[in-house]
Amino acid sequence: MSSASGRSHVGSGIVSRWSLRILGLGFLALLLVAPLVIIFFETFKDGISPPLDAITSPNGLHALKLSLLMVVIAVPLNTVFGIACALLLVRHKWKANALIDSVINLPFALSPVVIGLALYLLYSTNGGWFGPTLAEAGLEVLFSVPGMVLASIFVSLPFVVRETVPVLQEIGTEQEQAASTLGANGWQTFWRITLPSIRWGVAYGVVLTTARVLGEFGAVTIVSGSISGKTETLPLFVSKEFERFSEPGAYGASLVLALLALTTLLAMNLLKRKEDA
Amino acid sequence: MGISVEGANKSFGDFQALDDVSIEVPDGSLTALLGPSGSGKSTLLRAIAGLETLDGGRVLIDGEDVSKKPTQKREVGFVFQHYAAFKHMTVYENVGFGLKIRKWDKAKISDRVHELLRLVQLDGLAGRYPSQLSGGQRQRMALARALAVEPQVLLLDEPFGALDAKVRKDLRTWLRHLHDEMHVTTIFVTHDQEEAMDVAGQLVVMNEGRVEQSGTADDLYEHPANEFVMSFVGEVNRLGDHFVRPHDMEVVLDPDDRTQEGLVQRIVTLGFEVRVELVLSDGTEVWAQLTRAELQRLELREGQIAYLRPIQAKSFNGSSSSDSQGASTPPGSQDDGEAEVSAAV
Repeated sequence: MSSASGRSHVGSGIVSRWSLRILGLGFLALLLVAPLVIIFFETFKDGISPPLDAITSPNGLHALKLSLLMVVIAVPLNTVFGIACALLLVRHKWKANALIDSVINLPFALSPVVIGLALYLLYSTNGGWFGPTLAEAGLEVLFSVPGMVLASIFVSLPFVVRETVPVLQEIGTEQEQAASTLGANGWQTFWRITLPSIRWGVAYGVVLTTARVLGEFGAVTIVSGSISGKTETLPLFVSKEFERFSEPGAYGASLVLALLALTTLLAMNLLKRKEDA
Repeated sequence: MGISVEGANKSFGDFQALDDVSIEVPDGSLTALLGPSGSGKSTLLRAIAGLETLDGGRVLIDGEDVSKKPTQKREVGFVFQHYAAFKHMTVYENVGFGLKIRKWDKAKISDRVHELLRLVQLDGLAGRYPSQLSGGQRQRMALARALAVEPQVLLLDEPFGALDAKVRKDLRTWLRHLHDEMHVTTIFVTHDQEEAMDVAGQLVVMNEGRVEQSGTADDLYEHPANEFVMSFVGEVNRLGDHFVRPHDMEVVLDPDDRTQEGLVQRIVTLGFEVRVELVLSDGTEVWAQLTRAELQRLELREGQIAYLRPIQAKSFNGSSSSDSQGASTPPGSQDDGEAEVSAAV
């Protein structure tokens, strides 16, 4: 806000505006920034080598790789699914849409632990619905990567749909219709018109999905069994290090997680700024 | 390429948008679909483009039944009311879109796009994005985009509806010139009778999903098929069963057996034209269109009594008697027309 508009307000306006700013910034500082800053200081309390050693230990590196693997598999799948689902919800009105719409919100509403438990019951080789059959086919879901991927997909499923639906509604169908009158078939229209028009909604959904997959703890803990060096993602590594009082490892890995999340956000902002310029 | 629509039907739920509509659009003509909102005119246009699927009936372009063809294969140029500009593409990319889809090579696309940008006077704005253009410029871009692929027919859906009055007038003059140059069969939808008469050679008047009448502007104005057409293509007063255009109302100060008494309520001067509003003894409100000179000669004032004499009137009692009441009275034989009218009014 400019000083000119500030002068045109009466005194009480300035007071309320400043108190709002202080409230907003104070809230952010106390609840979001302070914990992150503390992690940063605690991590490097005894210099750079203790946390670096912990993260570059075989278990630490494996956790990092596994976390990134979850992102690489779950995010593209949820992106494709999310766009298709948003198109279905917005462009093809039918009776089941209301049902689909509420089912998609389930992962938001359910506690991740419950999701993990549900997957456990479904894929358990000991009496689960699918587990024994899959085990016979040689596919182990629980306590291995497939189960963790399933859990990651489940918990992060709604983001791309939720971010894409409003954008799709906003752009309407006229541009797509115009493309078809100009000779574009459905596929060409999707790639050249629809997708570029919704790209920021999708990108935002992808960022949120990535952040969620990276940070997922509850569901993954249950289906993975949290086996060090085998089925341990970064958040599980943090938790285990913390439990055995290995603070440099816990803080260092936390910092890596935080940095990954920040990088994702930053990447999107940079892309967007480049686009706007 | 001529266009015909035969027995088109379309409903949206309970709403019958098109009710057995048939039209003929001659090759190379500029035709207006005129009607109030909800009359089905846009639905008909969209059905021709394949953007709506008909429940029944056929669309023929150049004699070929295209009813089953998807939009992208019909080779129609379509211009939307709200431009439907591709927001993420520059003006150049917008206009070149159809050519790129057709896999033209870059040099040829460039030539064609610049040629069209010159035609629509957007030369020099090729690198802009639609958000950086005015409404009129966006619509010209949309027109260039539609014309780039050399469509068989050009369809415009209320193309000037979202523009302000001045730009609208300029663009419609410009559209007429463009049509004179390109001779592509053109249909445009409008709810503005003045715009339709100004631009189009042929008009199709629609109401409640049906075609009320088609013909030239003069045909419709002089020989309207029914009350709806008469009141839609121009101003009209109702006197009992009769309809009189305001400029066919004579205002006199001396009564005779053909006049009706009225109280002058309001006199509005709109430049050259003067609008005199009167209330008849039975409470009917009517108005007469006079010139300034006539007003000065009569020395009319608000609140005085004056007498109205319809020069020509129409009644639409029965289906075939539409022209019986002196509708086509030539100016020289006014007396016959008046006699019939005064007897009836």
